[in-house]
Amino acid sequence: MEVGYFVSLALFTTIYALFSLGLNLQWGYTGLINFGHIAFMTIGAYTTIALTLPGFLKEMPQRIIEQYPVLESQGWLSSSLKFLGNILPEQIPLVIAVLIGALLAALLGLAIGTSTLRLREDYLSIVTIGVSEVVRLVAVNEEWLTRGPRGVFNYPLPLAKLEPNLLIKGVMIASLLLVLGLALWRLWQWLLRQPRREGRPTLSLPLFVGYVICSVGVGTCWWFAFSLSLTIELPAFLQEIVLLMLRLAMAAPLAMVGTLLVYAACQRPFQQLRTQSIGTHLNLLTSSMGMGLVVMFFGAHIMGIVDYTYKAGLLWLLILTVAVVFWQLERWVNSPWGRVLTSIREDEEVAKALGKDVFRYKLQSFMLGGAIAGIAGSFYAWQLTFINPDGFIPLLTFQAWIIIVAGGAGNNVGTLLGAGIFWAYNEVTRFILPNILPLDDARLGAFRVMVIGLMLIVLMMWRPQGLLGKKEELTLGR
Amino acid sequence: MDDKRQPMSGDPQVQPDPLLLTAQGLSKAFGGIQAVNDAEIHVPQGQIVGLIGPNGAGKTTLFNLLCNFIAPDHGRIIFDGQPIERLPPHKIALQGMIRTFQVARVLSRLSVLENMLLAAPHQTGEKLQNTFFQTHTIRKQEQQLKEKAHVILESVGLAAKVNDYAGALSGGQRKLLEMARGLMADPKLMLLDEPAAGVNPTLIQQICGHVKRWNDNGITFLIIEHNMDVIMSLCDRVWVLAEGQNLAVGTPAEIQSNTEVLEAYLGQ
Repeated sequence: MEVGYFVSLALFTTIYALFSLGLNLQWGYTGLINFGHIAFMTIGAYTTIALTLPGFLKEMPQRIIEQYPVLESQGWLSSSLKFLGNILPEQIPLVIAVLIGALLAALLGLAIGTSTLRLREDYLSIVTIGVSEVVRLVAVNEEWLTRGPRGVFNYPLPLAKLEPNLLIKGVMIASLLLVLGLALWRLWQWLLRQPRREGRPTLSLPLFVGYVICSVGVGTCWWFAFSLSLTIELPAFLQEIVLLMLRLAMAAPLAMVGTLLVYAACQRPFQQLRTQSIGTHLNLLTSSMGMGLVVMFFGAHIMGIVDYTYKAGLLWLLILTVAVVFWQLERWVNSPWGRVLTSIREDEEVAKALGKDVFRYKLQSFMLGGAIAGIAGSFYAWQLTFINPDGFIPLLTFQAWIIIVAGGAGNNVGTLLGAGIFWAYNEVTRFILPNILPLDDARLGAFRVMVIGLMLIVLMMWRPQGLLGKKEELTLGR
Repeated sequence: MDDKRQPMSGDPQVQPDPLLLTAQGLSKAFGGIQAVNDAEIHVPQGQIVGLIGPNGAGKTTLFNLLCNFIAPDHGRIIFDGQPIERLPPHKIALQGMIRTFQVARVLSRLSVLENMLLAAPHQTGEKLQNTFFQTHTIRKQEQQLKEKAHVILESVGLAAKVNDYAGALSGGQRKLLEMARGLMADPKLMLLDEPAAGVNPTLIQQICGHVKRWNDNGITFLIIEHNMDVIMSLCDRVWVLAEGQNLAVGTPAEIQSNTEVLEAYLGQ
């Protein structure tokens, strides 16, 4: 456990976030039930790899002929394949390969969509789950195309051979800070738009800045607590628990101090603080601890860039990609186009009666969501540096569903948050549970999944709309 | 109103105004059940036309056929000089024929304002490619549409609800919103499916007032309604449907004294 671990974890979280953003466009905004989202990711990943693996593309026509000898006798077909073999390049630049992967994923969406989107929505869910299995089984069995279960490795990775000088590192860090700054600015704008409620402190810029500063402080302390725990020698079984306790012990009071500072910045008398509900304190506490975590990961990432590693470079690329995709998605869903999508989710007959070409919009949403998952697939392959069909099981689709449901459907920020929580849970239970429970690995794995189910049930009882969903929306009838 | 209502025979061929909508020989069978059988209907420009009939007569099916929500088995529909029976529903709506539903359908989890804005046809921002480069036009259009929506909502008394979820409206308010939303699309013809069903008497009066006002502004109406007071006070002509076929046509007064119609209603 070191910087690399945090960077890896952040990579997984962000890839899942990107993957889920695509599903959120399809389901959260348009109401399309897609149980085969992983198919798009598979297409994206394999296309990128196949196009960039040196020589793979050039040999492709030859391999097709070897695989299907019957083609040899078809004169014009085999000669055109041979011609293709001569003109195809050895490999294609990574960026273009990613775009082609996304395009192919979108085309898969087009194929599924044209055949099922005119039907009732349950047909779509059945077909998508079938298609995702078909795609995976093709990847397992068509060894000439995907190398089957043996998998593909040693494919080119972006920024892997980069040896950044000070300037490039500076640009990388500056762009990350820019993304963080923009995210904070958006958070501030969002807070401004929230309806005022009784018993909440009035929002002001000093309060928000105070909150951010506190969070940075909390994050730094998390970081120190973590480094400190690495230097202490402890029996292995105690280490994880102590680590957690240490982190909590250091972070909690700081977050409390942060909360107080926030109130002070708000110039609220302390009498009033006492009358605040426990919920308000808890909200502030958890949100500043969450911000602290973000800052901690951010710190780890910057260290990864300073002391350059491939994963840190990939994470930098991924964060920029997600930022662009997120920004574009937000623009789309808040445009009149997005309004038509939500109207289709609510009642497509109404959209039709008001002159909207429902099928076309559904298709666009489905294809765009697929393309986003395709891009996520490229990063997934680069992160793993080895892929085989076992990495693309239907479970991933349902993990994306968990992320969206937990975060709040139809909310892009909620999706990002859901991805963070999902992976936080995943890692916390992976490292801490073995020290608490006397279970072997297989049972522990099952236990973790069981606890996920339990947590989902609790979440659905406590906040059925998801963490960032709007409660009012649930009580509305048709 | 009254100057338009001329004494007429039951003959649909004699029409004073040019016809906005003509449907002839419309048929639709669901399996063995002939829901609509060789029905016809004519809606003259600028009038308010009623469509009545006992339950199960096929009125709503006829509506669905007119908008092509259900494809007719046979028949010819001409709207504003164009044959529309082969057009998909959204294109029919874009031609200026807007329908409402028997049970008001609002988009619950959108605000009242968003419900209104959605209805405007041919918005620049509805095309995905325009969201990249035409942001200025889109913003300007949104502003204009918002102003227009506010005016319409004000006129139907929903201005105070503009930011509420449409799903939080009462049944009557939903009916109002549905009609107001239709108005956002600048329709030539509005098809209202039981605008007064399940609505309290005061609101029925209001709805009638609105329909009359909109009609004076040049919108033609075709209304399915069971409430005879509404039909009597609004309609210039009334078509009667029974068992999927035309039974009678005439002024409301004529229809009320038509023995065949009374028999159909009382089931004799």
